[in-house]
Amino acid sequence: MTTIADTAAEAVAGIADGATVLIGGFGMAGMPVALIDALIDQGATDLTVVSNNAGNGDTGLAALLAAGRVRKVICSFPRQSDSYVFDDLYRSGRIDLEVVPQGNLAERMRAAGAGIGAFFCPTGVGTPLADGKETRTIDGRDYVLELPIRGDVALIGAHAGDRMGNLVYRKTARNFGPVMATAAATTIAQVTHVVEAGDLDPEAVVTPGIYVDRIVQVGQERA
Amino acid sequence: MTIEINVDRTVEHLGRGPLSRDEMAATVARDIPDGSFVNLGIGQPTQVSNHLSPSSGVVLHTENGMLGMGPVAEGDQIDPDLTNAGKIPVTELVGACYFHHADSFAMMRGGHLDVCVLGAFQVSEHGDLANWHTGAPDAIPAVGGAMDLAIGAKDVFVMMSLFAKDGSAKLVPTCTYPLTGLACVSRVYTEHATFLVGPDGVTVVETFGLTYDELATRLDVPLRRLEP
Repeated sequence: MTTIADTAAEAVAGIADGATVLIGGFGMAGMPVALIDALIDQGATDLTVVSNNAGNGDTGLAALLAAGRVRKVICSFPRQSDSYVFDDLYRSGRIDLEVVPQGNLAERMRAAGAGIGAFFCPTGVGTPLADGKETRTIDGRDYVLELPIRGDVALIGAHAGDRMGNLVYRKTARNFGPVMATAAATTIAQVTHVVEAGDLDPEAVVTPGIYVDRIVQVGQERA
Repeated sequence: MTIEINVDRTVEHLGRGPLSRDEMAATVARDIPDGSFVNLGIGQPTQVSNHLSPSSGVVLHTENGMLGMGPVAEGDQIDPDLTNAGKIPVTELVGACYFHHADSFAMMRGGHLDVCVLGAFQVSEHGDLANWHTGAPDAIPAVGGAMDLAIGAKDVFVMMSLFAKDGSAKLVPTCTYPLTGLACVSRVYTEHATFLVGPDGVTVVETFGLTYDELATRLDVPLRRLEP
């Protein structure tokens, strides 16, 4: 059952200290900035954040890091031209980092959401990122055993959501949203438009509402 | 390697070279077959798209979830929801489609992409790739999609300068930087020469502005001529 929250603060209520939080977005595209701002106000701390990047500029994920709420980041690409908040925390030893190849990051969350216990993946074989991991040769090709990444909470951005929780996205802002929605115990989506059931073409729904617990509309009047 | 080369013996282009970056990009584009699905890595490889004609039917993949990516967006075209893997605003071509990240990397890992073009710190004579981390103690490691692309695409082309700023060759017997992938590169495009790499070692396809013999004296890897 999906609930429609009136405010982002209501949407993020109950996120616990120490939670693993999956945060959508690729750079700023698809990043749920309103939910992250609400999480900063809510106060949960000692978080493990799973996201593709480790924050850009001063807003969104970077603001959560700057507020000192994050113990560890699991991501594929922390270092960017505008990742100075993360860079300072990392260099001063105030944040842990696990670097994961981008496709493994997505597939490990997909596995969590799909009930897969682990999977053998060819990515990273023979590299430092496979150190200490079980390997197996299957039909002559080498693979590394990769474990699921599960979230306590997923915070994602989408274009529109209906009262059943069905979501559609916009262009490359889709990125990690659909996978993260499946991989967390509680999935919270900020959307540009909340619409009535029936307003989304059932053939075009990207994230079925079964994965979505709370929706909040931000930045626009509710339809 | 799955793409055939278009010459049957090593060609020495003594009248031109070393190539500019734009000329290197044109050389890579020349070797991408019409109708290919192609991923161009962040940085220098994106310049290859400037040399792919619309009539080639080449479809560009970007790992953040799109096939049919168009040129960089300008002015009113800029849409924060539409970027390439380098987070630069881009455009969509007619017939484009979007998909989520797990699908994007499944199509890569599953061997559906024909070519990816990547930059590199080093490539070994057998096609090992090092392009994500210098291993320096103060460097923040960041891999992005490089390891997935390296083992996923049917052909991995590297586009790089042949020598580092300190003069050392980047085509080496064994990579000294941390690896991105093992035995994954099929071709290396540089300002001085184009090489095939793989189980048989290094074969010189063409040279630019120097002879095969001059090239051989500047590298520590054994070279072979392409012969019919």
